[in-house]
Amino acid sequence: MSEAPGIGRIRVPPRARRGEVVEIRLLIQHPMENGFRRDTLGRAVAKNIIHRLVARYDGREILRAELGSGIAANPYFAFFTRATASGRIEIDWEDDAGVRGSVGAAIEVT
Amino acid sequence: MKRAVALALALLAATALAEAPRSGLAYQGEDIRRLQADDFANPAMLWAERGAAAWQQRRGTANKSCADCHGAAEQSMRGVAARLPAWDARLQRVSTLDQRINACTVREQGAAELPPESEPALALQTYLALQSRGMPLRVAVDGPAGPVFYIGRELYRTRIGQMNLACTHCHEQKAGKTLLAEQISQGQPTAWPAYRMDWQAPGSIERRLRACFLGVRAEMPAYRSEDLVALQLYLVWRAQGLALEAPGVRR
Amino acid sequence: MRRRHFLKVGAGGTAILAVPAAAQQLLPAHDLAPLIMQIAGTSPPRPGRVRIGLPSLAENGNSVPLDLAVDSPMSEADHVRSIHVLAERNPRPLVASFQLGPLAGRAQLSLRIRLAGSQRVVALAVMSDGACWSAETEVVVTSAACLDELSL
Ligand code: HEC
Ligand code: HEC
Repeated sequence: MSEAPGIGRIRVPPRARRGEVVEIRLLIQHPMENGFRRDTLGRAVAKNIIHRLVARYDGREILRAELGSGIAANPYFAFFTRATASGRIEIDWEDDAGVRGSVGAAIEVT
Repeated sequence: MKRAVALALALLAATALAEAPRSGLAYQGEDIRRLQADDFANPAMLWAERGAAAWQQRRGTANKSCADCHGAAEQSMRGVAARLPAWDARLQRVSTLDQRINACTVREQGAAELPPESEPALALQTYLALQSRGMPLRVAVDGPAGPVFYIGRELYRTRIGQMNLACTHCHEQKAGKTLLAEQISQGQPTAWPAYRMDWQAPGSIERRLRACFLGVRAEMPAYRSEDLVALQLYLVWRAQGLALEAPGVRR
Repeated sequence: MRRRHFLKVGAGGTAILAVPAAAQQLLPAHDLAPLIMQIAGTSPPRPGRVRIGLPSLAENGNSVPLDLAVDSPMSEADHVRSIHVLAERNPRPLVASFQLGPLAGRAQLSLRIRLAGSQRVVALAVMSDGACWSAETEVVVTSAACLDELSL
């Protein structure tokens, strides 16, 4: 029950036909501290947001995001990719504290 | 004149009470309703996932996991959250889900108490509440739980804070009305633990109730205090028949 | 950053609303022109081909659902290279930039953003031929009232 850095969830259809466009959904546990909040003692809470996120399909980039403090806490994204071959979709990210996270899922293409 | 006003107020209270119980979800906008219905996008499900992992983790001097004693939560914990708070023979008092989890953490696992609203406490609460999702709330208020129920009912009607308002004034007499861009609901406990947009995080029903105390500029009861437990017992009794919908989403 | 209003208790215990005039006060709008020029290059973006899905009335500025879609075949020869979201009254107006390409298959994204009050939101799409298209929309944010504890 450690307070480990944020976890992520990914959803990709497990199977798709070649050429089909499939949706990828992603949810990450992260406060996305915008640096404007104060704690109960009135001290500023340091800015810490996931500033970069990259989604890859068997190593090839699907999407690369540069994010700001205008992204909601516990960020959610949905986007698409064209199923080309059986393989893995991997998403990784990094926050201002240098903490990295990643999550992945397999897709079988027929 | 005074009597007429009193009579009108009494009638108002009576009609408010007679209104059928309705989940607070009905008072949320479309986006929040959709988010709550979406188990992938509802951020509270991340905490439920952490709770599932914590259930399996061996801890404390006993080096035991919850699963070592309780087996699969899907079976052993099904329905539990829907009938709490309840009299606890082990603790010899009425206790909430949060308190039962803690009792096991301390006594059965030999580990430190989980602080209120800490991530492990919320994760386990969310995970266990999920095992009763959709089940109707039903609590026993007779027998040894009786006196606590009456304390809760009394508190619900007691004016508090600088605003001198009781729970009933907002959640029964003003339910469905808008106060400062905020729709007041019946104040049902069905969603909790819930993800609250305002907090940008999930929280327990106790955090929600403390927010109501602060809202009327009243002193907030401590987490896990007898007053909060009594209020929860009364709230769940009042909500009987409504389905547990945790983890919910709220403004 | 959120404003607090107070309820006054009138005779008979009825709550009376006291909404200060400042309740609707917002951060001043940023001039988005320099940012837009940085993204679009020298020729101004043309309105069209981009669609923004935002509720016209958002209940809580901490988390507002946003859908973006760009008309594009997403082929090797003709695709969207990047999509950008700007919110003129956010303290940092550039909300997000996404780079994508033909592997995306469809130029469509959903995410949840923060909005510091009612404002204009602009989306830009830069195409593989260098052209920049845009869309904008107004969103009203009704932050939760302050019958409630401080957020932290
Ligand atoms: C000044 C009005 C006011 C008073 C008095 C008040 N509340 Fe609330 N309460 C609110 C508001 C506003 C909300 C958030 C919107 C809603 O669900 O009604 C809320 C939410 C709740 C909720 C969550 C409902 C849901 O669906 O998520 C519960 C439970 C609740 N209150 C219980 C209480 C109890 C118990 C008391 C008395 C100790 C109390 N409230 C006193 C205004 C009030
Ligand atoms: C060493 C065995 C043991 C371990 C480990 C243990 N428990 Fe328990 N648990 C019990 C016993 C015994 C009871 C009491 C059953 C009763 O009251 O009939 C109980 C009761 C409960 C209840 C109340 C059930 C009800 O029907 O009201 C909950 C909730 C609970 N445990 C959760 C947990 C959680 C969460 C963990 C892990 C953090 C855990 N327990 C770890 C033995 C254990």
